[in-house]
Amino acid sequence: MLLNILPQVLVDGLTLGFMYAVVALGYTMVYGILEFINFAHGEIFMVGAFVGTEVLLISDSLGALEGMNPYVAFFLTLVIAMALTGGLGVLIERVAYRPLRGAPRLVPLISAIGVSFLLQDLVRFTEAIARNEFYLNTPALFSGSISLGIASIPTKGFIVIVLAIVMMIALTLFINKTKWGIAMRAVAQDQSTASLMTINVDKVIMLTFLIGSSLGGATGVLFSQNYGTIDPYIGFILGLKAFTAAVLGGIGNLRGAMVGGVLLGLLESLSGAYMGPLTNGAFGAEYKDVFAFSILILVLLFKPEGLFGEAVKEKV
Amino acid sequence: MPLLELQNVHTYYGGIHALKGLSIEVNEGEVVTLIGSNGAGKSTTLKTICGQTRAREGRIVFDGKDITQMRTHDVAAMGIAHVPEGRRIFPKLTVRENLEMGAFSVKDKQIIEEGIERAFRYFPRLKERIDQKGGTMSGGEQQMLAIARGLMMKPKILMLDEPSMGLAPILVEQIFDIVTELNREGMTILLVEQNANQALSVANRGYVIQTGEIILQDEAQNLLTNPQVREAYLA
Ligand SMILES: Nc1ncnc2c1ncn2[C@@H]1O[C@H](COP(=O)(O)OP(=O)(O)O)[C@@H](O)[C@H]1O
Ligand SMILES: [Mg+2]
Repeated sequence: MLLNILPQVLVDGLTLGFMYAVVALGYTMVYGILEFINFAHGEIFMVGAFVGTEVLLISDSLGALEGMNPYVAFFLTLVIAMALTGGLGVLIERVAYRPLRGAPRLVPLISAIGVSFLLQDLVRFTEAIARNEFYLNTPALFSGSISLGIASIPTKGFIVIVLAIVMMIALTLFINKTKWGIAMRAVAQDQSTASLMTINVDKVIMLTFLIGSSLGGATGVLFSQNYGTIDPYIGFILGLKAFTAAVLGGIGNLRGAMVGGVLLGLLESLSGAYMGPLTNGAFGAEYKDVFAFSILILVLLFKPEGLFGEAVKEKV
Repeated sequence: MPLLELQNVHTYYGGIHALKGLSIEVNEGEVVTLIGSNGAGKSTTLKTICGQTRAREGRIVFDGKDITQMRTHDVAAMGIAHVPEGRRIFPKLTVRENLEMGAFSVKDKQIIEEGIERAFRYFPRLKERIDQKGGTMSGGEQQMLAIARGLMMKPKILMLDEPSMGLAPILVEQIFDIVTELNREGMTILLVEQNANQALSVANRGYVIQTGEIILQDEAQNLLTNPQVREAYLA
C-alpha cells in the first residue's frame, strides 16, 4: 500500500520541486551579483500567475479560446506573462533597489519587503475592483494524463516539468556560452574590473532582473495551470520555499538552486505522504514543512555553505 | 595635442585629498611612467582617468574629448585599457573567457579570435592554460593574462598599474620586455611603478609623484641620473 503510491508521490514532488527550482534561480542570480536577497521575487511569481490567469479569463470571455489549440494558447499566455513580469522586475530594480545600492545591506532588504506587500495589495485591490474577489480559478487548458506504466502523470504536471527543464537548460546555456552571460558572471565576481572591460554594470544588473523575473513569472503561469486556483498570497510561501531551496543548494550557485529546488519538492511530497502512516498518525501531512525544513537545518548545520556552495566566498 | 592630458586634477576620498592638482600628458606612441612610493596617489591617478574615482576639480582630456565626467565603461570604450593593480583577473572565468571579456566592446568575432591568437604570441604560457580558471594560475601567469586581456579591446592607450608587483625577477624582466615590444609596435603606454629603475629604463618620459603632487618630470634618462630620484627611489 505504501509502495503503491510512491510513483505518484514522486511525480507530485517533482512537479512541485521543479517550480521551486525555477523560482530559486531568480533569488540566486540576483544574490550572485548584488549579494542581496530580493524578497519581492515571490511576488513576481504571484503576479505571473495572475497575469497568466487574467489573459486566459479575458480571452475566454471574448471567445478567443474557442477552438484554439491549447498549446498555442498556453505559449501565448506564457510569453505575455514573462514579458510583463520581466519588465516589472526591471522596474522594481530601477525604482526600489538601484538608488539604495551603496546603502547598508538591511536597507534594500527592507525596500524589497515593502515591494512585496505593495504587490500583494496591488493585485488584491485590482482584482477586488475588477472581479469582486481575489481568489481566481484559472481556466484549465490541459486535461487528461499521460500514463508512464507504474504512475500516471497529469498532462499539466508533465508540462510543468518539461518547461522547467527547458528554462533551466536555456539559462545554463545563456550564462555559460553567450557574451552577456559571461559578462554576468564577470560582474558577479568583480564589478569594478568588469566596467574596465567596457561592460555596463547597470545593464547587466537589469538583464539579471529581467531574466530572473520572467522565469519567476513563467513559473507563476505553470503553477496556476497545475493547481487551478490562485490568490495574492501564493508568492509568500512559495517564495520562501524557493529561497530555502536556493540556500540549500548554496546561494549564488545556479546548479545549487536547481538541485535544491527539486530536492525540497521531493522531500515535501514524500514527508506529506509517508509521515502519517509511518508514525501511526502521530504526525500527519500537515507536518511536511516541519520535516522538510528540519532536513534543511541539518544540512546547513553540517554544510553551512549549502550543497554546491563554496566554503569561502571568493571576493577579489 | 597629447593623446591623454590631465589638467590640474584634484581627487578626494572623503576627507583625504589624494590628488592635489595633478597635471600629466601622454603623447601618442610614448611610454610614460609615473613613479612614486606606496600611497603617493599612483593608482588614484589611473582610477580617476577611468572614472572609478571622480575628479572634484580639473579636467581630463583623451583623444580630444573631455572624459572627466564619463562613466567607467564609456571611458574604456574610448580606447583606454586599464590593467589594474593586483591584476584583478576574473578568478572563476577561464583564460579564454577572461580574454573574451577584454574584448567585450569588439563586435566582430573574427577580430576577437585574432586578438586571442595575438595574445598567445606574446604570452605562449596562456595558450596551455586556455581552459583553466584564471584563479588557479600563478601570479606571473595572472599578470600576463591581465595584460593580454587589456590588449583585447585594441586600445589607444594601455595603462599598467604596478605590473611587476610581487613577481620573481625573471618575470619582471619579461613583463618589461613586453612593454618595450608593445611600444615598438606603436602602443602608447602609461606605466605606473614603484620599481623606478626598470620603469625608467623602458620609458621615454617620467613623472615623480609624492603625496598627490608631481614633484619632478623629465626625460626618463635624466630622471635615472637625477640625484634626488636616485636617493629616494633607486636606493
Ligand atoms: N578607497 C580609498 N579610500 C580612502 N583612501 C584611499 C582609498 N584608496 C586610496 N586611498 C588613499 O589615497 C592615497 C593614494 O593612494 P593610492 O593612489 O592607492 O597610492 P599608490 O597607488 O601610489 O600606492 C593614500 O593615502 C591612500 O591611503
Ligand atoms: Mg597603487
